[in-house]
Amino acid sequence: MIDVSKLDPNFKYEITKEPGGEHMTRCFACGTCTAGCPVREINDEYNPRRIIRMALLGMKEEVLSSNFIWFCASCYTCEERCPQDVKIADLMNAIKNIAVREGHIHPSFTAQLEALFAHGRIYEITEFDNKKRVKLGLPQIKESSEDTRKLFRKTGVEKLVKKGGGGE
Amino acid sequence: MKYALFLGCTVPVRALNYELAARKVGQKLGLEFLDIPEFSCCGFPVKSVDRMTSILMAAENLSLAEETNSDICALCSACSSVLTEVNKELKENQALRNRINGDLSVTGRKYQGKIRVKHFVRILHEDVGLEKIKEMIKRPLSEFNFTPHYGCHYLKPSEVYGRFDNPENPHTLDELIQLTGAKSIPYEDKNQCCGGGVLGVDEATALKIAALKLDHVKATGADALVLICPFCNIMYEGNQKKIERQSSSEFNLPVLYYPQVLGLALGIPQDELGFRMNRVKVSEILSQLG
Repeated sequence: MIDVSKLDPNFKYEITKEPGGEHMTRCFACGTCTAGCPVREINDEYNPRRIIRMALLGMKEEVLSSNFIWFCASCYTCEERCPQDVKIADLMNAIKNIAVREGHIHPSFTAQLEALFAHGRIYEITEFDNKKRVKLGLPQIKESSEDTRKLFRKTGVEKLVKKGGGGE
Repeated sequence: MKYALFLGCTVPVRALNYELAARKVGQKLGLEFLDIPEFSCCGFPVKSVDRMTSILMAAENLSLAEETNSDICALCSACSSVLTEVNKELKENQALRNRINGDLSVTGRKYQGKIRVKHFVRILHEDVGLEKIKEMIKRPLSEFNFTPHYGCHYLKPSEVYGRFDNPENPHTLDELIQLTGAKSIPYEDKNQCCGGGVLGVDEATALKIAALKLDHVKATGADALVLICPFCNIMYEGNQKKIERQSSSEFNLPVLYYPQVLGLALGIPQDELGFRMNRVKVSEILSQLG
C-alpha cells in the first residue's frame, strides 16, 4: 500500500536534474526494459519499470534505501531498446548516486572504494603477482594509489572509505 | 600502429593468459603496445557511486595516454566502455571538460582530447582488418565449432561506440572467429549478459544468469565458448565449477579468449598462448591440433 502523505513530489525533479536521469519523465511504462532484463529474468526483486514508476510517484525513501536499485547489471539491454530513450542504465546510476549522497551505499561498493583507495585498483598487485608476471615475460605492474586518493579527496568520495580512509 | 595497452584491474592478476595471447597476437600482426606504469582503475566501478569521481579517474588515464601520443587499446570491455564514454563526453562538452581539468589539476594532469580508445578486438577488426589477418593464417582451425560471447560493454552503449557493430545482432567477433577457419555457431540468447555486474551484490542471481548461457552453449555441442572480456571469463570459466555444484549439471566447457584462438591459427606455439592458465582444461582442443 502506498501512503500518499509520504510521497515526495519533488523526487522526480531531483532525479531529472542528476546527469543520466534527465529523460526519466518520458517513461510511458511499456515494460520493454523489464521484459528484456537479464536480472529480472532470474530475480523478481529487480524490476526497472517498477523502480521508475516508484520514482515518478515520489516514493523517495523506499527507492533510495532499497536493495534493488543496486541489482542493475549495467548491461544496457534496456537502454538500447527503450522506445522513449529513457537511458535506463544511466538513470539507475543517477538514482544510486543520489542514494549514496543520502547515506545509502551498498556494502559491496564500499569494499570496492576501499580497494581503490588502498591500491588504485580493484585487485591488489602483490609481489607474488609480479613474480608470476615476470616468469611469463610480462612487465611488472607498479601499484600506486596516490592519484586515486587525491581524486577521492577532491570529490569527497574519501568520506565513504571507512577502512584506512577518511570516513568514521 | 602504436597503442597504449590498458590492462585495467582484472587482466594483470586474473587473466594473464588473455594478456599473454593478446600481446603475442599483436606482435605478430604488427601492433606496437606501450605500457604505461601509472595507469590505474578505469573508473567503471565508481559510476554507481559518484559519476564525477568516475569521470575523473577515466580522464586521468586518458591524459596519461595522451602524454605518449598513443591511442588506447583496452582488453577489458568495461574499461573500453567507460574510457570511450568519458573521452566522448569530454570531447563534446567543453563546460564539463573545464570542470574536470580544474579538479584533475590535483594530480598535475590535463585532459586534452587528443586520442581514441578501442577494444583490442575492435582494433583487430577495424585497424588491422580481416583481409590482412586472413592472409596470415597458417593453421586453419576448420575442425572446430566455437560459440562467440560478445558480452555487453564491447558493444554498448552503442551510441557511445558510434554503433560500430549492431548491439542486437553483432557480427564482428563472428567474423573474426570465421577467418581462423573455425565455425562460429549461433545459440539461444547469444547477446545475454554474463551477470558479472551483479556478482558483488547478489552472487546467487549472477551465477544463475551465467548458468543460462552455459546451458545454451552446451546444447550446441560447441568445442568452446570464445570471449573477449576478463569479467565474462570470471563468470563462465572461473565460476563454472561453482555453477555446476549449484545446478547439479556438468558443463566441462572450455572457455577461450579470442586472441588464444587467433594465436593458434596464426601458428603461434601453443605454450606461448597461456593455455595452461585456462581453468577448464583445453587439452582436447590442443591435442587435435597436433
